[in-house]
Amino acid sequence: MQKFLSSLRVGWLLGLRQIQHSNIWVTILIIVIMVLTFLSNILISGILVGLIEGGNQANRSQYTGDVFITELPDESYIENTSEILTTLDRIDSVKNYTTRYVAGATIEANYKTRRNFNTLPNTVGTQLAGIDPVAEDIVTGLSDSLIEGEYLDASQSGYILLGSTLLERHSAFSDQFEPLKDVYPGDRVKLSVSGSVQNSFESPDALAGASTNGSRIDEFIVKGIVDSKVGEVSIRAFMTEFDFRRLSGRTSLLASEIAINVEPGTSDQEFKDVLVKNGFDRYAKIRTAEEAIPKFLDDIKQTFNILGFLIGIIVSAVGAITIFIIIYINAVVHRKQIGILKGIGIRRNAIIYSYVIQAVVYAVAGVGIALLLTYFVFVPAVAQNPIDFPFSDGIIAADAGLVTGRIIIVAITSLIAGFLPAWLIAKRNTLDSILGR
Amino acid sequence: MKYIIEAKNITKTYKSGDVVTHVLRGLDLSIKEGEWVAIMGKSGAGKSTFLYQISLLDEPTTGNIFVEGRDILEFSDTERTDFRLTELGYVFQDYALVRELSAIENVMIPILMKGTPREEAREISEESLTRIGLGDRLNNLPSQLSGGEQQRVSIARAVAQNPKILFADEPTANLDSITSDSIVDVFKEIHQSGQTIVMVTHEKEYTKYCDRIVYLEDGKIVSEEILKKY
Repeated sequence: MQKFLSSLRVGWLLGLRQIQHSNIWVTILIIVIMVLTFLSNILISGILVGLIEGGNQANRSQYTGDVFITELPDESYIENTSEILTTLDRIDSVKNYTTRYVAGATIEANYKTRRNFNTLPNTVGTQLAGIDPVAEDIVTGLSDSLIEGEYLDASQSGYILLGSTLLERHSAFSDQFEPLKDVYPGDRVKLSVSGSVQNSFESPDALAGASTNGSRIDEFIVKGIVDSKVGEVSIRAFMTEFDFRRLSGRTSLLASEIAINVEPGTSDQEFKDVLVKNGFDRYAKIRTAEEAIPKFLDDIKQTFNILGFLIGIIVSAVGAITIFIIIYINAVVHRKQIGILKGIGIRRNAIIYSYVIQAVVYAVAGVGIALLLTYFVFVPAVAQNPIDFPFSDGIIAADAGLVTGRIIIVAITSLIAGFLPAWLIAKRNTLDSILGR
Repeated sequence: MKYIIEAKNITKTYKSGDVVTHVLRGLDLSIKEGEWVAIMGKSGAGKSTFLYQISLLDEPTTGNIFVEGRDILEFSDTERTDFRLTELGYVFQDYALVRELSAIENVMIPILMKGTPREEAREISEESLTRIGLGDRLNNLPSQLSGGEQQRVSIARAVAQNPKILFADEPTANLDSITSDSIVDVFKEIHQSGQTIVMVTHEKEYTKYCDRIVYLEDGKIVSEEILKKY
């Protein structure tokens, strides 16, 4: 132990002085290489995962909330909705929630100007969501997604918001299906809700406007267009809960979706467990925001994680090779000195430590600067100006676990890159080193 | 007085392909404790090679070497390093200082290696440098010192912890005559305190204080000159 400590002490002194007296530009270059190595290590995987993570965050903030309740697979509605809502009102950890009533619908536009009845009508199939505009806006900030027109007003009837995907001029998928053409805020559209009035205790006869095929048709004014990277938002049409009930003939309070935000400090899983303990999982599917992420996104995230890890390994290897070469050249240049040090009785380990310490100092400096750049420059900058990806606003996912993992990789590769060349040079014959043979 | 170094029938042969070079051809030399021996000879006579063998920097092809009665050829690599650290001191022709370390740090390095606390190592180093007249140059880098001063630092490093034997390989070779004289004076002073010194030189004038001069030629001892009875 004593020998190890003395070797470490001597190695530290030698390593530190070599750094202090090395060419400043070479030192800067080495540190810049380490910064770039670590940055690419963090940023590449961070951006890859961040593209998906951005989507996940948007899904949480604009659609599911922290905990998402939907109907059971074999059901059309959330049974006992009122009991769930009453319970939510009583739980302190509930920050806010919104209920949605969802039904399949068809929207037809420009029917008044349609001249040729041999051509297909300007229609699109969609999901129609009946919402409380105020509650929805508080929970998901739906009004922030408006790109045209105005947001719904709970006191007004006969208005509808259309998701941008439903419109040809905004849709990124217009080659996949026929969206609505030439529809703008202020235009009138015709809505038919399929399968309206599905509960036996609801009375379709009491409601006006029933169509012959069981659908109810009514005319609405497009009040605004909402655009979001969250598919469920941009592909839907929204109207007030009142209009939805009127159109669909549903008078019950059985909702299709409840999105809940919990107070900070409460974990999604803890809150889900509370709901499950209340037995609500018998009436509805209860998922945390993470569980509600579409599976394909989760799969992509896993794949990107693996890709990021592999790229990280390659980048680290490149960084390690660079350090290896620098330390090797440094050790070769100091070969005679290494021989002399061994000659006067300095143990080989002390000499090796001096180079390992140099590699570690370079790595620590590089990683430190890269971390500062990551957390104080790149992450905030990309958060302010997200990467525009078709299904998400990409952020840089630089969570502690990922960064710690990368730091460990860089630390290990730097240690090896510092150790190997020093060991190779230091193990040479002492006299050969002194005489430069 | 007992012998501190006993070299018996030392040979050193280098092979390069089919070419075999016999540098040392059966040398026998015994050096007493406290003796100052100069090894002289023309260039290529094998004097430095012989010094490397008895100072544990190299291993002879054949022969036996005993230092303080211990067969050093039995030592492992680590034992040789530790032995060089604790028992031997070295002064090289080109000073062999670590250029990134100050004068005092150069002297401190082997002392720290022995496990001496830093402050104590610093005190010993300062004392050693002051003794050879460099008390005011402690924090200078080698590049800020003259050749003579660098060699003095090298000597201070070698003798700071009173080694059993001080080996010097052409310590005045790179110095002018005035500086060389002063370096030899330093050796004389160290020797007067009882230090065993083995010095390789090709300049006769710097052997005037030695006890004995051993002349090498073609890898063999051809004569000895005793200047002072030991």
